[in-house]
Amino acid sequence: MALLELSDVSVHYGRIQALCGITLTVEQGEVVTLIGANGAGKTTTMRAISGIRPLSGGRIRFQGDDITRLRADLRVVRGISQAPEGRGVFPGMTVQENLEMGAYARRDKKSVPEDFDRVFALFPRLAERRSQVGGTLSGGEQQMLAIGRALMARPRLLLLDEPSMGLAPQFIQQIFRIVTEINEQGTTVLLVEQNARQALTRAHRAYVLETGRIVKSGTGAELLADTSIKEAYLGVA
Amino acid sequence: MTSARNESRRPHLQQLGEWWNSLPRTRQWLVLIPVVLLIYALPVLNPPILSTEPGTNFPIACFNAARFALIALGLNVVVGQAGLLDLGYVGFFAVGAYVAALFTSPDSALAKLPYLVTLPLAMVITMFFGVVLGTPTLRLRGDYLAIVTLGFGEIVRLLATIVPPLKGQVGFQEVGHPPGRLPDGSLIFASSNGTPWYWLVVTLTIAMLMLVGNLERSRVGRAWVAIREDEDAAQIMGVPTFKFKLWAFAIGAAIGGLSGALFAGEVGFVNNQKFDVPTSVLFLAAVVLGGSGNKVGVLLGAFVVSYVPDRFTELANYKYLIFGLALIILMIFRPQGLLGARQRLLAKGREAYQRLIGRPEQVSSESALAAESAKGVGA
Repeated sequence: MALLELSDVSVHYGRIQALCGITLTVEQGEVVTLIGANGAGKTTTMRAISGIRPLSGGRIRFQGDDITRLRADLRVVRGISQAPEGRGVFPGMTVQENLEMGAYARRDKKSVPEDFDRVFALFPRLAERRSQVGGTLSGGEQQMLAIGRALMARPRLLLLDEPSMGLAPQFIQQIFRIVTEINEQGTTVLLVEQNARQALTRAHRAYVLETGRIVKSGTGAELLADTSIKEAYLGVA
Repeated sequence: MTSARNESRRPHLQQLGEWWNSLPRTRQWLVLIPVVLLIYALPVLNPPILSTEPGTNFPIACFNAARFALIALGLNVVVGQAGLLDLGYVGFFAVGAYVAALFTSPDSALAKLPYLVTLPLAMVITMFFGVVLGTPTLRLRGDYLAIVTLGFGEIVRLLATIVPPLKGQVGFQEVGHPPGRLPDGSLIFASSNGTPWYWLVVTLTIAMLMLVGNLERSRVGRAWVAIREDEDAAQIMGVPTFKFKLWAFAIGAAIGGLSGALFAGEVGFVNNQKFDVPTSVLFLAAVVLGGSGNKVGVLLGAFVVSYVPDRFTELANYKYLIFGLALIILMIFRPQGLLGARQRLLAKGREAYQRLIGRPEQVSSESALAAESAKGVGA
């Protein structure tokens, strides 16, 4: 049984169809990436999975249960946690409070301090900035905070939406290394990226999204070697 | 070195706030009790600098300021805490006033209740109105919500005009008041005597202040702040946003209804003339002026908005102009209001705060990534 299963998922914004029947699966323990150009529907897919955007067709299953109509906040309780595109940290809350918000839906409050330690071990910079207000952090620090906050929910599935967006190259490297580390610690990751080379290198499997449809899928290595992918997404002629 | 510079540049009010928050609870009470006693004594003392006489009777001016403070406190839950722009708050105020009038005035066909019973009743009924208005509309955001609430305020006013049992402009005379007579046989809670009414409102305001303060420090308060700052992000943190927005709306409505019922009792007369849009905007001005999201700030804002026209009666006709200008100037120099919302959440209360400012915890940097990330970020 797959951890996450999307079957024939469609999403409309008014009359405009953003997703036209997406089918994909994420197995327990994998890093799966979704690559595609701007407007291909990557973020919409993430929003559909986290429950912020209602579906106009299709089904979403998580751990075998149908969660298509489940409210977003209850999906968090089930174990889906997202670091949203554009980071979405709470600008007026400190790093500490942002992370506490990440643990909002947790039932086992006693083990929250452990997760603080884990997040601060992954991102020592956040520990230094602990009492600083989220809105005054640099872009890279906000991204770390968004990922750390999502981890505070102890997710079974971590959704990362464009974690490398707007970051300096050495930051991008670091974020991707951390994604691998998080995965090795046992969290399944679904990663949306424009930075296709990095994403494909790190991912076990990948899907290519074009104008709301999945046009290709395969292992990361297969897609890295694919000529049409190279031309379209890797900037290699 | 930079922190020292920031320290001196920080506004005095904020320094005062930080000093206050660093005091232990017992010391806070020691400061608070004389302040509260002074507030209670205000209409009796009638200090010459503050006095609004001969223009306005001072105890009545105090009552009006206290009533405004209660309204601002309620509206602050909606606008300041949860970040929902409500332009029709006067609608809830009107519902509260009409509940008190309908159940106590001899002009009403309904059964008569003791006035003090109508206070909780007004809260329950306006809360119900809050839920009825909120359920369909709180799915809207920002400007859309503001427009719908603006419409609600007008609907309440128009219903009061056109529904016959609500008696339009004729209104209700002799609205009830709390019982009790002085030794000479005159009423304690007479319309002409603002002082007992002021004491009643101040007492209820303090009760509401405690209630709202406790909510603020709870999970509910944290959820409100998260919703205010980023609703989508709040939702993916597992906050049931709709439920908490509805709660904010209902609690805000209840406090608005309570102040409406108090207003009706003091004035002794309710008709459809006092519940217009400018009044709603004046309520909102009190919240924004004082500092949306800061309980003490909005009380201060309410005092300013209510007191200034009473004190400087020659300016009263220009109050909208003056408050408009004041708001524009404030938006330029101090957009967070006189006392801004607290940056921190009080999530775990005092000890969390002292941990944050007092002694930053040592965090181990044993991760393999620690050195690397320090290098990466520093560059």
